[in-house]
Amino acid sequence: MNLIHRVGAVNRLNEETFLMTIDSPEIAAAGRPGQFVNIRCGGPDAYLRRPISICRIDRERGTFDIGVQIRGKGTEALSRMRPMEPIDIMGPLGNGFSLKPEDRRIAVVGGGIGVFPLLQLLIEHPASEKLALLGFRSRDQVVLEQDFQMACDELLIATDDGSYGTAGFVTSLLEKKLGEKTFDRVFICGPTPMMKRAAAILLERNVPCEVSLEQRMGCGIGACLVCACKTRAGDDWDYAHVCKDGPVFSGEAVIFD
Amino acid sequence: MMEKKTDMSVNIAGLKLKNPVIAASGTFGFGREYSALFDLSRLGGIAVKGLTLEPRKGNPPPRIAETPSGILNSVGLQNPGVHAFIRDEIPFLRRYDTAIIANASGNTVEEYEEMVRILSDADVDAIELNLSCPNVKEGCMAFGSTAAGITQVVSRVKPFCKKPLIVKLTPNVTDICELALAAEAAGADAVSLINTLLGMAIDVKTRRPILGNIMGGLSGPAVKPVALRMVYQVSKVVKIPVIGMGGISNGTDVVEFLLAGASAVMIGTAGFVNPYAWVEAINGLEQYMLENNCRSVAELTGGLIV
Ligand SMILES: Cc1cc2nc3c(=O)[nH]c(=O)nc-3n(C[C@H](O)[C@H](O)[C@H](O)COP(=O)(O)OP(=O)(O)OC[C@H]3O[C@@H](n4cnc5c(N)ncnc54)[C@H](O)[C@@H]3O)c2cc1C
Ligand SMILES: Cc1cc2nc3c(=O)[nH]c(=O)nc-3n(C[C@H](O)[C@H](O)[C@H](O)COP(=O)(O)O)c2cc1C
Ligand code: FES
Repeated sequence: MNLIHRVGAVNRLNEETFLMTIDSPEIAAAGRPGQFVNIRCGGPDAYLRRPISICRIDRERGTFDIGVQIRGKGTEALSRMRPMEPIDIMGPLGNGFSLKPEDRRIAVVGGGIGVFPLLQLLIEHPASEKLALLGFRSRDQVVLEQDFQMACDELLIATDDGSYGTAGFVTSLLEKKLGEKTFDRVFICGPTPMMKRAAAILLERNVPCEVSLEQRMGCGIGACLVCACKTRAGDDWDYAHVCKDGPVFSGEAVIFD
Repeated sequence: MMEKKTDMSVNIAGLKLKNPVIAASGTFGFGREYSALFDLSRLGGIAVKGLTLEPRKGNPPPRIAETPSGILNSVGLQNPGVHAFIRDEIPFLRRYDTAIIANASGNTVEEYEEMVRILSDADVDAIELNLSCPNVKEGCMAFGSTAAGITQVVSRVKPFCKKPLIVKLTPNVTDICELALAAEAAGADAVSLINTLLGMAIDVKTRRPILGNIMGGLSGPAVKPVALRMVYQVSKVVKIPVIGMGGISNGTDVVEFLLAGASAVMIGTAGFVNPYAWVEAINGLEQYMLENNCRSVAELTGGLIV
C-alpha cells in the first residue's frame, strides 16, 4: 500500500469545518462510499492516525475529498496542511455502505459531521429516488448544502435551534417522511443518540437500515481489537470491530447501549 | 551491489529466527490483516494475540486512549480461544516462513497448565506465557507481579512444555530482576519484557476516564526509556536470553535494545502508526550491521560500552 499522497486543496466550510481534496489515484479508484482513510496528521502530540470518512470521489481526476471538523490536536494539524504537501494516508479501509440495485427508493439521515460519508453514497447509489435528511446544530453549521442538493431528489434540513430549515431533530423529519412513504433502505450517520433513535424508528416500521459507527482506533485494519462495538450474535452479543467489520453495520446488528 | 555479509538469524533457546524482529502479541492479531500489506515471511516471528482456554469477549469500549507519544489500551484479551486458534489460524500462519509464538494466559494455575499442554501438541514454535496483562481481573498480572506467583506458574507448566518457554514479564513491579530470576529458576527458557505499564487518561470535559475499563496499559515510544533500562538490568542478572520490547519504532531502536542485552525484540504499537514499521526495522538493523561490520546479531547483544 502506498502511504504517501498529496494534498490538493483545503477549503474552509465554516469556523470549525474544512473540506480537503487529496490527490490519490489509488484511493480514488479503490474507494467506496462509507469507507474511511486513516491519516497521520502530524503536529506535536498527534501520535496515532485519525480515521476520516471518504466524502466524495472524483475517479477521473484521481482525487477524493474529506470533510473534517476540527476537534483536537490531530484535526487541527490537518487543517493547517497546504496544497502540494505530502500526506501519509492508509486507505481505503472498512466495508462501506451497500449499493444494491434492488433498493429503488433510499433515504440518508445525517447529523453534523456524520453527513460527510453520505454524499458519495448519494452520488453513487443506483436508486431511482433519493431523499436526504440532514440535521445540524444551527444555520452556521450547515455544510455542503448545494452538493447534497445536486446528489439527491429531495433535501430537507433540520436545525436544533430552528435558525435554518425545520426546527428540531432530524429524526423528527424522518418520522414525518415515513408517514408519507416508505424506503427500501435508509443509511444513517451521525451522533450516537441520533443513530440509535433513527435505527429504532426504522426497525419499528421494518425498514432496513445501515448505520456508520465511530470508535477510537489503533491499527485501523482489524489487528489490535481496540475499536470494539457491541453487536448481536444469535441470541447472544459479541464485540465486533468498527475498522474491519464496519464502519457500516446493519441497523439490526448494532446494540446501542 | 554490496554482497550481504551479515547473518541476521538468532537462536533463542532452540527457537530459530531468521532475524530478531518479532511482531508483539496483541498488536498483530493472527497476522491476517498485515499479510495484505507485506510478506509475513520477512518477520523473524509473530507472537499471536493473547490466547485463553475459552473464547473471551474482552473489555467494554473505548479500549484505546492516545497519550503523549504513546497509547493506553484496555482490550482485555479478546480472543477466539486456543482451540479456534489451532484450528483456524495456525494453517494460515504456516503458509509463511516465520516463527509462530503462541501467547498464553490463564485465570488459574490449572488453566496455565492446560494451555501449555494443548499448545505443546500444536504446531507452534514457542510458547510465551503472558504473566503480565494489566487488563484482566484474574490471573495474569496477579501471578506475574510476585516472584512467588511466577515460580508457582512456571514450575507447574514446565514439565509439560515441549516448546521453548518464554515468560513475559510485567514492568508494574518494584524490581523486575527479581521476577526474571524467579522465571529462570523455575525453568523459563527465555524472558520477554516489557508488557504495558498500567496507566490512565481522563477527559476533563466529561470528567470521566477515557477508557471503558478506567485503567489501561501504556505502550509506544513513551515507554521506551523504561523498557530499555529494564532490559539492561534483567540481562545483567539472568543467563537465559532476553527478548526486549517497549516503544521500538525503527532499526536504531532495535540496535539500542540489542546493545542493552536483548537477543531479539518485539514491536507492537509503532505498527499502528507505520504499518511497515516491522519491515523497516529489519532493514534498518541490517543496514546498521553492514555499515558497522557486524557479522551476527549476537555480536550486538549486550555490546553496550559503559
Ligand atoms: C470510521 C470513522 C470515520 C470518521 N469520519 C470523520 C469525518 O469524515 N469527519 C470528521 O471530522 N471526523 C470523522 N471521524 C471522527 C474523527 O476521527 C475524530 O474527530 C478525530 O480522530 C479527532 O482527532 P483530534 O486529534 O482532532 O482530537 P483529539 O480529541 O485530540 O483526539 C485524541 C484521540 O481520540 C480519538 N478520537 C477523538 N474523538 C474521536 C471520535 N469521535 N471517533 C474516533 N476517535 C476519536 C482520536 O483519534 C485520537 O486518538 C471519524 C471517526 C471514525 C471512527
Ligand atoms: C492493543 C494491544 C494489545 C496487547 N495485547 C497483548 C496480549 O494479548 N498479550 C501480551 O502478552 N501482550 C499484549 N500487549 C503488549 C505488547 O505485546 C507489548 O508488550 C507492549 O505493547 C510494548 O511494546 P510496544 O511499545 O512495541 O507496543 C498488547 C499491546 C497493545 C498495544
Ligand atoms: S483499530 Fe485495530 S482493530 Fe480496529
